[in-house]
Amino acid sequence: MDRIPILRMGNFLLVTIQIDLYDRLAINLETDLVNMVNKTQAKGVLIDISALSIVDSFMGRILGNIGDMARIMDAETVVVGMQPAVAITLVELGLELKGVHTALNVVKGMELLRLKIKDLDTGEEEDEEEEEIATNEDSTD
Amino acid sequence: MRIVLIEDAMLIEKEQDVVPFRNRVKEYAVKIGMSVVNQTKLITAASELVRNMLKYAGGGKTKMEVISEGRNSGIRLVFEDNGPGIKDIAQAMKEGFSTGQSLGVGLPGAKRLVNEFEIKSSPGEGTVVSIIKWKNG
Repeated sequence: MDRIPILRMGNFLLVTIQIDLYDRLAINLETDLVNMVNKTQAKGVLIDISALSIVDSFMGRILGNIGDMARIMDAETVVVGMQPAVAITLVELGLELKGVHTALNVVKGMELLRLKIKDLDTGEEEDEEEEEIATNEDSTD
Repeated sequence: MRIVLIEDAMLIEKEQDVVPFRNRVKEYAVKIGMSVVNQTKLITAASELVRNMLKYAGGGKTKMEVISEGRNSGIRLVFEDNGPGIKDIAQAMKEGFSTGQSLGVGLPGAKRLVNEFEIKSSPGEGTVVSIIKWKNG
């Protein structure tokens, strides 16, 4: 079955959506991500949508859901890399992407996540090393 | 006068048809030189309508046309299904109304994204939605 790979980077989970998702794939991503947050005790989720040419109400709802679910699981979500045309269309469509933070690119998104997490618990030591582990075994396109 | 330059059709039967359909619409939009913003608006509107068709009628027929009127050219899309139809169109066009579990932005949102929007439906008769997005507009 098709799956979107989820990468683990220290305290964060990283997802790059590189194809236009059909519904089943998007719903799978939603459940996979929530499961991964639970399994890895991740504090942040970063979703890169720079390759998405459109975000319709369904996709918008999925992104919002991921944000809400992750928050309940004590993780913050940031959506990065939205194309300008997509942002214009989203607002005109009437979607506000509530529940998720947004940032211009991956670097800014990571900064935002670090900031958010530092706000929450300042006592913890900072883990600067970034290890990339493909935690999803059957992550094929 | 409105002239149809290219005509194309596609059947939508399952959710996997949505992405190829969007790509086909995009091809035509690129062909007439539509701006990226207008392309995105058109494809997003098309995506909403095709999704509605799948959700409420289990699929249907789509028609794509490249049209021209005077100096302007555009894309016309028609979505036709044999589903249960809509009892109260005015209500269905209202923001935040949905008989399903969605956000209820589909129809009114799609209308805002295009230049012309027409909907015909009655219970038991299915639904026909047609939209036009002009290249400059």
